[in-house]
Amino acid sequence: MIEIKGLSKSFNSKKVLDDVNLSIEQGKITVIIGRSGEGKSVLIKHIIGLLKPSSGKILIDGKDITKINGKDLNRMRKRFGMLFQGGALFDSMTVGENVAFPLKEQTDLPRGKIKQIVRTKLERVGLKGIEDMMPSELSGGMKKRVGLARAIVMDPEIVIFDEPTTGLDPIMSDSIGELMLETQHALDTTYVAITHDISLTYKIADHVAMLHEGRVIAEGTVEEIKANPNPILRQFLEGRAEGPIKVY
Amino acid sequence: MSSFFEKIGASARAANEKTGSITIMLGQATYFSLFPPYKLRNIFKQMEFVGVKSLFVVILTGAFTGMVLAMQSHHALQNFGAEVMVGPAVALSMTRELGPVISSLMVAGRAGSAMATELGTMRVSEQIDAITTMGLNPVKYLVVPRIIAGICMLPLLVIIADFCGILGGYFVATNLLDINAGVYISSTIEHMEMSDIFNGLLKAVVFGLIISLMGAFHGFYAKGGAEGVGRAATDAVVSGCVLILIFDYILTSMMF
Repeated sequence: MIEIKGLSKSFNSKKVLDDVNLSIEQGKITVIIGRSGEGKSVLIKHIIGLLKPSSGKILIDGKDITKINGKDLNRMRKRFGMLFQGGALFDSMTVGENVAFPLKEQTDLPRGKIKQIVRTKLERVGLKGIEDMMPSELSGGMKKRVGLARAIVMDPEIVIFDEPTTGLDPIMSDSIGELMLETQHALDTTYVAITHDISLTYKIADHVAMLHEGRVIAEGTVEEIKANPNPILRQFLEGRAEGPIKVY
Repeated sequence: MSSFFEKIGASARAANEKTGSITIMLGQATYFSLFPPYKLRNIFKQMEFVGVKSLFVVILTGAFTGMVLAMQSHHALQNFGAEVMVGPAVALSMTRELGPVISSLMVAGRAGSAMATELGTMRVSEQIDAITTMGLNPVKYLVVPRIIAGICMLPLLVIIADFCGILGGYFVATNLLDINAGVYISSTIEHMEMSDIFNGLLKAVVFGLIISLMGAFHGFYAKGGAEGVGRAATDAVVSGCVLILIFDYILTSMMF
């Protein structure tokens, strides 16, 4: 259970997050939607401790992670996996070495065992036998799949997804959605995704929260969100240029 | 008027912040390099990149510097009939000054910029964030091997540059300037001391630290996409070269 309470963050004088309150339930998929530049990435960077808030707290199992540092923070991060927007694969390493990296650095498992785990995780994301390829040889969709394999290789309790379908074609986006559902059910992990992909949101979300101008303006299940009359939410979900949100 | 002072204040503050961040990075890197486990594979990879792959350029610049030195010092010493001193002039200039400085400037251009570009690309493509989110310290993985490689490889490169420079000077002096080979060698040995070479190598250690720290720092904190990576590479080379020359003066005044 992750509880975000009164979280605010300013860069210089610009307020990016303004009193965000949100509960992320264990074993569920929570999707945070919103336009680009509304603070979604900043929010998830707080959850994993890459940024410190100006005020407010983030409680994970009742412990405020905005107050911890150094070793405690690193210990906490081991409970997380993260899939970055572009995959963030290490381009000096092969696919296999990329997926094996957290295991090699964080565990004492023998080489053969690591190899076997890497193979099963890559199979799980539908990529069999590509261990020896370099990230530069992969398509965007494959990079995200490898990124997902690396994110779940340590069997984390919480996985964070930064725009998992951005830059992918609709079919690949849908298959990433399928993959997220499959892996989440199989491992019973907590998934948190930020996206502006509405069809992905409808497909995978147990809980949806809309972030607008640094605040959560609406939240609920997919059904509740679909029925919510909030004009900003409606404009976003229907993808209209006219409405209360001004496009510059 | 106030905006003028505001600008001065802002840039002074930015410079202070930068110095502070560099110092913190150096402190962290020192801490991690004192305690195992070491990332030996990464260290050797960086050593190969900084050292072995800079060999050709260092040999060339060393040799030509020595050759030019022989010609120039011959030209000057001729007026006093002291042509026999060409050998010591070349050897002392190379070992004390030009060997360390010129090789370091070349390595700063080659390896310093490449470090900044590589780490900068890792920063903007979120690879550094990825390491952090795995609960690992990116300074330990990325910065420490580069600094160790810089500190270890620069002295080795400088020994080679010194040797090539002295050899180049010897060839020019004996073949083109009609200086007797025996006189050249004996006068060189007579006027040179181990401390000349040793102090030059000590300079190389400091320059190696400067090059790798500047390369790593500017890359590590690069921002703003491709343009930011390019700026990081430029900043790494410029700051590296300037600091090398400044520290060369400081070290020379302390040593000799």
